[in-house]
Amino acid sequence: MPDPHPLAGTPRRSRDQVADLHFMDARFKLLDLAAFLDRLERATGADDHRVRGLRQALPILLEGGDDRVAKILHLWSDPSLTPIEQADTKSASGVWPGLK
Amino acid sequence: MRYIEPHGHMVSRTTDDYQAMALAGCAAICEPAFWAGFDRKSADGFHDYFCQLTQHEPKRAAKYGLPHYCWLCINPKESEDMALAADVLALIPQFIGAPTVLGIGEIGLNKNTRNEMKILEQHIELAVKHDQLILVHTPHLEDKRKGTRLITDVLKAHSGVRPERVIIDHVEEHTIAGVLDQGFWAGITLYPESKATPVRAVDMLENFASQRVWLNSACDWGHSDPIAVPKAAAEMRRRGHSAAAIDSLVYGNPVRFLSQSKNFKDPQALR
Repeated sequence: MPDPHPLAGTPRRSRDQVADLHFMDARFKLLDLAAFLDRLERATGADDHRVRGLRQALPILLEGGDDRVAKILHLWSDPSLTPIEQADTKSASGVWPGLK
Repeated sequence: MRYIEPHGHMVSRTTDDYQAMALAGCAAICEPAFWAGFDRKSADGFHDYFCQLTQHEPKRAAKYGLPHYCWLCINPKESEDMALAADVLALIPQFIGAPTVLGIGEIGLNKNTRNEMKILEQHIELAVKHDQLILVHTPHLEDKRKGTRLITDVLKAHSGVRPERVIIDHVEEHTIAGVLDQGFWAGITLYPESKATPVRAVDMLENFASQRVWLNSACDWGHSDPIAVPKAAAEMRRRGHSAAAIDSLVYGNPVRFLSQSKNFKDPQALR
């Protein structure tokens, strides 16, 4: 017997409906991002790997398709598959430091 | 509405949070063992922690009418110290028989090191030996994709592991498909900044088969929200999903997975 599918019959929506629900949320987040980039411009020094990674992700926003989030997460991920010998930190920074 | 919080670190929360969760419709809470935000120096600290999880926290939750369950392990953030990890692993069997223990978790990887991998394998062995469910923590941010792949490879390589008895938690858009395609359950963790927001979680649920997915808040000592699951349910409601679909996701799914443990009781059946 197949498992029940909780979201079977996900409602189809028009772009207007999606915008009505989420435009203001996206608007303030885009302005926050712009403000962050402006703040960086006013600061001294060079971009670190996190900011470089963020800038590399921006063109993905203008690509087609409905998988932009996954593409950005892949871009920022460690691409290797071998365990490392030892960690020098417990935390992650958000962007793989080896990203060129 | 009713929901299960399948992953909440309640030792880090105030009683106000228990009250807020109960008022929001929470019917049961499950608490995996985790990193306390600092490294414990000896197995004695874990002994006390396991007592807190199995004895004290259920009493605290009961004051708000909430059944409380737990999972046991040493978190991967403390697995780099192999001697400590061995001592903690040796402690776990004496707690497995407690009536509210659901399984081994949240085990997994943090920085994807060789030592973390060894301790993960030992936890899996322990779970299989004692016929326990497994709850897996996948690494943070840039380490998640690699760690998820390493973890699922280890789990698939063990002949005693049944994927339907394993939940891989903290999936995001780039890892959820691989987890589900291999037969595991997937957990989506709702955090204000890292992991997934309620809005992104509902996007994932609409784009992937959601029969083997649960939502959790993983509320802990960091930036987190103990009522994130009902907030995701509210997002589903405003997108037009039916009450039955929401109930199936936030209540039915965790009950189906957790009921594979003989210790878990469907809260509905307790009323």
